[in-house]
Amino acid sequence: MKRRAVDDWIVGGISYTAITVFAALCLIPLLYVISYSVMNYSDYLANPFRLIPPRLDFSAYRQLYHFDLFYSGYRTTLIITVVGTLLTIFLLLISAYPLTKAYLKGRKAILSFIVFTMLFNGGLIPNYLLIKWLGLYNNLWALILPGIISVFNLLLMINFIKASIPEALEEAAIIDGANEIQVLFRVIAPLSKPALATFTIFAAVGYWNSYFAATLYISDRELWPLQVVLRELVVEDNMGMLNSSSQLLELSTRSHTFTLKMAAIVVSMLPILVVYPFFQRYFIKGMLLGSVKG
Amino acid sequence: MIGKASSSMEAVPRRMTPARYLSRHKYLYLLLLPGIAYFIVFQYVPMYGVIIAFKDFSFMKGILGSEWVGFDNFRYMFGLDDFYRVFWNSLYLSLLKLVFVFPVPVILALLLNEIRRMAFKRVTQTVIYLPHFISWVVIAGIMVNFLSPSWGVVNLVLKNLGFEPVFFLASTHYFRPIIVLSSIWKDAGWDTIIYLAAIASVNTELYEAALMDGANRFRRIWHVTLPGIRSTIVILLVLRIGQILNNGFEQIYIFQNSNNKTVSEVFETYTYSVGLLSGRFSFATTVGLFNSLIGMILLYLAHLFSKKIGEDGIW
Repeated sequence: MKRRAVDDWIVGGISYTAITVFAALCLIPLLYVISYSVMNYSDYLANPFRLIPPRLDFSAYRQLYHFDLFYSGYRTTLIITVVGTLLTIFLLLISAYPLTKAYLKGRKAILSFIVFTMLFNGGLIPNYLLIKWLGLYNNLWALILPGIISVFNLLLMINFIKASIPEALEEAAIIDGANEIQVLFRVIAPLSKPALATFTIFAAVGYWNSYFAATLYISDRELWPLQVVLRELVVEDNMGMLNSSSQLLELSTRSHTFTLKMAAIVVSMLPILVVYPFFQRYFIKGMLLGSVKG
Repeated sequence: MIGKASSSMEAVPRRMTPARYLSRHKYLYLLLLPGIAYFIVFQYVPMYGVIIAFKDFSFMKGILGSEWVGFDNFRYMFGLDDFYRVFWNSLYLSLLKLVFVFPVPVILALLLNEIRRMAFKRVTQTVIYLPHFISWVVIAGIMVNFLSPSWGVVNLVLKNLGFEPVFFLASTHYFRPIIVLSSIWKDAGWDTIIYLAAIASVNTELYEAALMDGANRFRRIWHVTLPGIRSTIVILLVLRIGQILNNGFEQIYIFQNSNNKTVSEVFETYTYSVGLLSGRFSFATTVGLFNSLIGMILLYLAHLFSKKIGEDGIW
């Protein structure tokens, strides 16, 4: 009895310690970024380890005002996130519902047709040529459309509808004279809210964070999404590019831009950080819906 | 209408003509139209574009007008030193991730499962899922600036301790560890979700039985929990192996620079560099096609292997 208790303690101790350490490692860099963004640069140099700034200095945020491309970046990203997410959910709904009907002729063929795209892909160049050929180069649709329907999510959605929405409800609506489209929007859609909420979160975050598509398809700086602008500023250290009127740049040495970069990172992460606690409970449920079923 | 209402939910008698069937279920097919159109335009049309790999593609002439060169592009590729370097970089990096990144969420999930205090569990889970939602640009931005030789906190501390600053990001030695560590940071917490779900579905009676046989906590994890999630681990491992040559453009590209190119050039970035930056479309498509085909073969082999060891295949 005593020996078992000791083992219990050891395992418990390791678990709590390890998890605490890992969680701290996840959180601390972000806390430092926020802290550095409101820190005075010389205070930072004096003691970079300090987490709480000795005095607050918002000059970095004020400097950020002058970066026009930051605004256009934010605007572009907002547009593609909103449009992209809405379209994603819409397409997911209307594509999944018919495929839940086992009696639909051609269902298996269509499913194979769709699933095959998970295995094989045209590749970078053919996709690039397609976008050019469609006239979507330097067009925000090039950032929205490719990849808008994820086969994986589609399968999850189909599973969800089959498992969670009783056919009796659909039949009731049909008896009342509804056609399939009306059934979809009046019965299925409202009942799919948990799944749709999850997909919304993932789609929105995906669009918000993406920069690869823009690297390929957008050469116009004014159309660059936020992450691309951020990359120039924070990773490539490319200050001059981002400012149309260089007189506004009073930054003499590169190092002073450090706090500016931290501020830029904070502003880019802000929507996600703010919304995260609220949507956190949705995606657990959503993920489990998918994984447990299949 | 009442009689017809229930029959629309049943299988349609085979005697119906296609036209009649289509019109009976026209709304369903209508709903499918946009989705199918998407897959045709954005997935299957590019697949056709893959034939560029067998041509000497010229923008001017277009796909149809460019000449066939058969396997010349492939022969060229297999004779290129760069190709083998890229191949090795891709493979090695992916293997490193397999060994160091893949087990972390499993271990974390097992540990999380042993946590009794629900409040602690909920709070820490909230925290460890967060990095998954942070973009690679932000992650790289943080790392680049924290590791900077002139103003980064790591090097400032090193300087204070009397050491020389280390050029982490410009060195070929640190690139792979940076990739591996950033992968763990971003996704290990998130990936615990699926393992926790699997752990939750392990039959609790098995634990009681093990307890009665005198197994301590560690033994119970090793002999009950771990085997219980074996299927989940295997299937995820198998899928991961099918992706062994893939590394994800966004993560690699953001940490790549001219100084670490020799270790950081992987298939995705190589295709981009050779194809879009140098304009060699045919060659880049060849590389991409090679990558995709190997991926398919590996996925199939992994599927066979998982069946062999007694688990379900992928499909």
